[in-house]
Amino acid sequence: MSAARPTESLRDAYGQTLVELGERDPNLVALDADLSGSTRTVLFGRKFPERFFNVGVMEPSMMTIASGLALGGRTVFASTFAVFAAGQAYNAVRQSICYNRANVKIVATHGGLLVGADGGTHQIIEDIGLMQGLPGMTVIVPADAPTTRAAVRAVAERSGPAYLRLTRENLPVVTDGTFRLGTAAELRAGNDLTIIAVGALVARALEVAEELGEVGISTRVLDLASVKPFDAPTVLRAARETGAILVLEEHTVVTGVGALVASVTSENYPVPVHRVGVPDVFGESGEPWALLDRFGLSKERIRSEAWELLRIRGKVQ
Amino acid sequence: MTEEAPAELVATLRDAAVKIRREIIRMTYAAGSGHPGGSLSVTDLVTALLFHELRYDPQRPDWPDRDRLVMSKGHAAPAFYAALAIRGILPPEELLTLRKLGSRLQGHVDRNKLPWVEASTGCLGQGIGMAVGMALDARLAKRPSRVYAVLGDGECQSGWTWEALMAGGHYRLGNLVAILDRNGIETDGPTESIMGIEPIADKFRAFRYHTLEIDGHDFPAILRALAEARTVTDKPTAIVARTVKGKGVSFMEGQHSWHGKAPSAAEAEKALRELGDPRGVPSR
Repeated sequence: MSAARPTESLRDAYGQTLVELGERDPNLVALDADLSGSTRTVLFGRKFPERFFNVGVMEPSMMTIASGLALGGRTVFASTFAVFAAGQAYNAVRQSICYNRANVKIVATHGGLLVGADGGTHQIIEDIGLMQGLPGMTVIVPADAPTTRAAVRAVAERSGPAYLRLTRENLPVVTDGTFRLGTAAELRAGNDLTIIAVGALVARALEVAEELGEVGISTRVLDLASVKPFDAPTVLRAARETGAILVLEEHTVVTGVGALVASVTSENYPVPVHRVGVPDVFGESGEPWALLDRFGLSKERIRSEAWELLRIRGKVQ
Repeated sequence: MTEEAPAELVATLRDAAVKIRREIIRMTYAAGSGHPGGSLSVTDLVTALLFHELRYDPQRPDWPDRDRLVMSKGHAAPAFYAALAIRGILPPEELLTLRKLGSRLQGHVDRNKLPWVEASTGCLGQGIGMAVGMALDARLAKRPSRVYAVLGDGECQSGWTWEALMAGGHYRLGNLVAILDRNGIETDGPTESIMGIEPIADKFRAFRYHTLEIDGHDFPAILRALAEARTVTDKPTAIVARTVKGKGVSFMEGQHSWHGKAPSAAEAEKALRELGDPRGVPSR
């Protein structure tokens, strides 16, 4: 990660924004499943104890209870780790939230490999795929704290289910926080190659783009925080204008954002799309950032895929 | 504790229940699939709720202060739809659209298709949790709404049913009533030979419910239990209603094979004769 950029906690950003929303909307309620200290819903709970329900370790029922609360007209936030929110509670999310069109915002922390030492059991690498497959679900993967704040406000304003995947680790601030649903943000202009990234990988995308810039390669970087709704026009424009796309994600390549970008470009404007993500394996215990390198998300790998794409397009020898 | 239900009311409910049972047979026959067994067992409970106990406005399904009925056993949809029709809320002819393409009457109750449905259910274990959320919502909003969740007994084998029941007890939801249609039979056979749930009333008590055990086909008993539930305000009530799967149709009673299949024309005709339906089998 870049030493130059200051880092910030996405989870704190969430907790603080939730308090801010709670001050404005007396009908907003929040739930957690015994992880409120980690997800930071504890901040809301301290401020609004009567509107906060720590239901304990019952993630499926946290989702069904959240749905019941929402059907009366409330905005409901429900938080736990991503492996429990999307994994343990998947069917509750499907049935009671999405099928019922309940106004529940699931803010799932500890997504992906960066969970670190807890190991592969807790590093969910398939949640984006699970959640984006649900009809009516909004899926957001913020790259930093400013985007997290903006995204939490954006989903609160819009009725309907949403899933936000946050990272446990503090992340460098890479955006100006002007998140808009359904819009892929162009963080860097370029015409030789596009790198699309989500979450923690956005910072790596910018670092590699900068390095490529030093040797005369101009790389466009898109932050696809709004995975769903998916900004097809911006992605297809990148395909047309740069001719090749590299997708980076802390998620299995089988069902992730790379697969999504590849299918949309393939149908509309086929260009080479390479995916840098977790191969079809579970993670393991380790130092968080070392795990990214261990599971195929190293800067070296990103660089080599970028050069490969440039070669395919005949832009370098 | 509570007064005996007037004979007139009981007679009205009995009459409605017979009509509802006839419609359950007709609609599942017309659909060619569905769940007659658990619909017939829950009929008297649903009748007591929709014809007497619930405060709601048939013209305004979105009235905020209404009581909520959550069919956690969403496969008993035919009983619910038939009750709405006999109550005069749904056009009776619509019942024969059950499970057909474009129908509001989905195989499992669906709130986005039919406005009188409080919660789209069918995936067992989900409805009770949604009911707990609704009861919490009503209490927070200081609405007088009461929430009634009708559970199946196979559903009581699922873990999240007990998660949600635990939450209802923990939050002391005096506005929540869990009603168990204890017909003793699930898809593959008797609950007690598949995965026993007894002693079920003790389980509810252990989960901090004011627990009542009744005959789920005895209207005075049902009405007494529902009235008693209203007097308990510091904890939720659980009503274990012992019922008979397929109740009212001799060859369906107590038979697990009638959990999830529709009657043939001959079977439907026999069932309708037993239920005194002069119309006979509808066209399919």
